Amino acid sequence: MNRAPLPAGRGALELSGLTKRYGNERVVDSVSAAIRPGEFFSLLGPSGSGKTTTLMMIAGFIAPDEGRITVDGADFTAVPPQRRGFGMVFQNYAIFPHLDVFENVAFPLRARRVAQPEIRRRVGEALELVRLERFARRTVRQLSGGQQQRVAIARAIVFQPAIVLMDEPLGALDKNLRYDMQVEIKDIQQRLGMTVIYVTHDQEEAMNMSDRIAIMSSGRVEQVGPPDLIYERPANAFVGRFLGEANLLEGSIEKVHEGEAELRTRDGLLLRGRIDGTAQPGQQAALFVRPEKLAGGAGDAAANRANGILRRRSFLGSVIRTTIDIGPTTQLTMDSPNSGHGLHLQPGAEIAVHWPVAHSILLTP
Amino acid sequence: MLMLPAFAMLAFVFVLPLAWFFTQALFAEGGIQQIASVIASRAVLQAILATNWISLLVTACVLLAGYPIAYYLANRRGLRFTLVVFCIIVPYFTSIIVRTYSWMVLLGRAGVINRLLQSAGLIEAPLPLLYNKLGIVIGMTYVLLPYMVLTLFATMKSIDRNLLLAASGLGAGGFAVFWRVYLPLSRHGILSGALIVFILSIGFFITPALMGGPSDVMVAMLIERSVEITLDWKSAAVMSLFLLAVTLVLYAVYYRITDLRRLMGA
Repeated sequence: MNRAPLPAGRGALELSGLTKRYGNERVVDSVSAAIRPGEFFSLLGPSGSGKTTTLMMIAGFIAPDEGRITVDGADFTAVPPQRRGFGMVFQNYAIFPHLDVFENVAFPLRARRVAQPEIRRRVGEALELVRLERFARRTVRQLSGGQQQRVAIARAIVFQPAIVLMDEPLGALDKNLRYDMQVEIKDIQQRLGMTVIYVTHDQEEAMNMSDRIAIMSSGRVEQVGPPDLIYERPANAFVGRFLGEANLLEGSIEKVHEGEAELRTRDGLLLRGRIDGTAQPGQQAALFVRPEKLAGGAGDAAANRANGILRRRSFLGSVIRTTIDIGPTTQLTMDSPNSGHGLHLQPGAEIAVHWPVAHSILLTP
Repeated sequence: MLMLPAFAMLAFVFVLPLAWFFTQALFAEGGIQQIASVIASRAVLQAILATNWISLLVTACVLLAGYPIAYYLANRRGLRFTLVVFCIIVPYFTSIIVRTYSWMVLLGRAGVINRLLQSAGLIEAPLPLLYNKLGIVIGMTYVLLPYMVLTLFATMKSIDRNLLLAASGLGAGGFAVFWRVYLPLSRHGILSGALIVFILSIGFFITPALMGGPSDVMVAMLIERSVEITLDWKSAAVMSLFLLAVTLVLYAVYYRITDLRRLMGA
């Protein structure tokens, strides 16, 4: 399909200090983000973190109590939803049950009073893009969940919006189909060059699709960045834990030196890690390390090292996860690839582990 | 099995007398010819036409009045909802005669409305609001309003709010959201509400008898006259059969609509 990509510079979305209160609770608490044209931007967080409310404010269904929404430099804060011109994919699709596939996709065009031949052409193109061209005259009830999802996507892009909002669009699909749809959505987004704001609670989904992710918790944005950066260098313990398995060893800082610090755990183990920003000796902190960075064996003096007792060994398919007691109150989780010559130790055995200082991040509360 | 006594009771007090009445009246003498002659008679034809016409008018009026009320109810909660529901439901439990007489007080030549209009200087002679078709339609519309409102309310409540958000998010303005999404989605409520009201209308007796004029004779009134005054039981039976048949056909349609709705999960 030869659809011309959108002109550059369309689809920049800026949120500044968006706040929504229900009663005394700040459901969304001064959320700010500058989303670039053509960017795939995810709002990721557990339920109740304010991500959907944020999206509804962007869409115009909920008026923010404070803050501004700017699109390509124009203030959109008070523009009603139907004049914002965003494409929208809703949770549970929100496909009109009284219209067939064609008319569902044609809906935004009819609302814009596009001429009939033009409607036929554009709906045809959109259905082709989501591979539903043969289903145009089906009723919605005759479609599977994945097909309904495609109708919702076709309907959201048929009028070539610069910005498309998606609210957990894949939440109702089963796991395998979900991955295929992620690839498909990402593919369409790149072909059309549109900005996508994507709300999800699924970490893998967000990491797979996004250029950048905003991690949300209790109405606030905890961290914004590309998936790999957030995964490797979380700004705080919440982000570290939310984006996958994490070891967090608590203790107090002993020494700070050029972006590195030493931490004494509560069990007396001395570990080193990278530190962003400032920290004072004596300050409470936690050492963060992903389980897959750990390896069995003594390691050399440049690495963080620990000895302990193997407590549990779980087979997870592609990885083998072991839990190791390294002190009375401290446990480590280690993921080893299931490469065929992994650990053969049984629970109760003594084990030494080590991991690079470069992958240890000291997080201060 | 537990339903058996109920069925037996219904059969005994309802189906049996009905069947006896019809067979006695129709087949005692004359038979089919009798039926034909009754239907062909001018008075009966006129009554059937008037009944259908008035029922159609009433259905249309009830729909026009009931839709906004049901829409209001479907979108309100708390005190306002309770208040409007109260105003709709309480008359529903009040005797039709009481309700009809209260309208007669309002609409009569020296009634409240005419006197208000006259004292406001808007009219000179009182308007003929009562003892004509207008009176019947006003009275019946009021009596039948709750059926329509409750039916529409149930349908409207089941409309997914997300569909309305989706419509406006995709560029439809307030009127377009209503016209292209809300109205079509409430179509089933409109259809079943209209059928219920029409079915009830064609058998109406008290309101048209009290509020109508001498020329506005509906089938139910003619039946009553045949039984009470002219003692022409055969005509009464034919007309009753006609009413029963029309009601059953419409009820079958109504049943199919509601059944289809359930099948489609709406």
